[in-house]
Amino acid sequence: MTGHRTTARAWLLAAALIAVPLAVAAADAVPTEKDPVVAERAVRLGEKLRCLVCQNQTIGDSNAELAVDLRRQVREQIAAGKTDGEIIDYMVTRYGDFVLYQPPVKATTLLLWGGPALLLLLGAFAMWRIVQGRRRADDEPPLTAEEHERAARLLGEPTGKERK
Amino acid sequence: MNKKLFIPLAIFVVLVGFLFVGLFLNPREVPSPLIGKPAPQFTLNQLHQPGKTLGTPDMKGQVWLLNVWASWCVSCREEHPLLVELGKAKLVPIIGLNYKDEPAAGMKWLAQNGDPYNLSVVDRDGAVGIDFGVYGVPETFVIDKQGTIRYKQIGPITVEALEKKIIPLVRELQKS
Repeated sequence: MTGHRTTARAWLLAAALIAVPLAVAAADAVPTEKDPVVAERAVRLGEKLRCLVCQNQTIGDSNAELAVDLRRQVREQIAAGKTDGEIIDYMVTRYGDFVLYQPPVKATTLLLWGGPALLLLLGAFAMWRIVQGRRRADDEPPLTAEEHERAARLLGEPTGKERK
Repeated sequence: MNKKLFIPLAIFVVLVGFLFVGLFLNPREVPSPLIGKPAPQFTLNQLHQPGKTLGTPDMKGQVWLLNVWASWCVSCREEHPLLVELGKAKLVPIIGLNYKDEPAAGMKWLAQNGDPYNLSVVDRDGAVGIDFGVYGVPETFVIDKQGTIRYKQIGPITVEALEKKIIPLVRELQKS
């Protein structure tokens, strides 16, 4: 009996532990709209836009006043029937590309986007060169008897001749 | 000596160079896309005479400064003495955008610290601020006779910014 009760209690505790973070996460993202489609769009747009005050957060994440204002702007514009593209453009004309959490691919951001691939290629090339070099070293023909003798003489080791 | 041994050192030196330059960059200063573009149109109530309005069209034909300020803004206190001096010099009209502030608190603040503005207008909900791409207070815009934004000072105005950028730019724009 007690065994049963302990198991039940453990399960309850586990369930509670799982439920608490879920409840907290849900509390974070309470949408103010009645319409779930609009709410979802607002949340999704909020995740694409950067909060310019706390620069490593999206406006969806941030509680800075500006983020609150921008979220309100997003909701108002959705309500006014604007498309996602129009809302993003609205933000970009005011705050620049920096407001986009994912920087756009253009001439000035080429290094940013291409950089990792470029580094990978460079690394692969360097590795290939090193491996090639080692392989060539392995392929070197063994020393002839004459060369052996010369090497030994240079190293100051007794050669076969001296031993005689 | 094997030259290859210097490759890591060279890479390191280049990296240090980049990091060193990075030390003096301010990531908070986001370049405004509005520079060279027409200033956003607005018409807002005046702070001291709420019945009257002031808008961008009223400023056409003159070079002017738009200074975004608020009584709750701490760094505004830093730049305020400079603005007061600039106001006294009557070099250029300064319009204050009282951003997301209680009008009463704003007026009290000006009474205490001096009022450098020809006029202040009330942006109660920050909508005009968003149009100007304001993301921190204070910010100052230099707007030319045609109504084009020519310069944006992010953060408090400094003596250096005033002497090297703002005043020369204003003089040059006034000539044209």
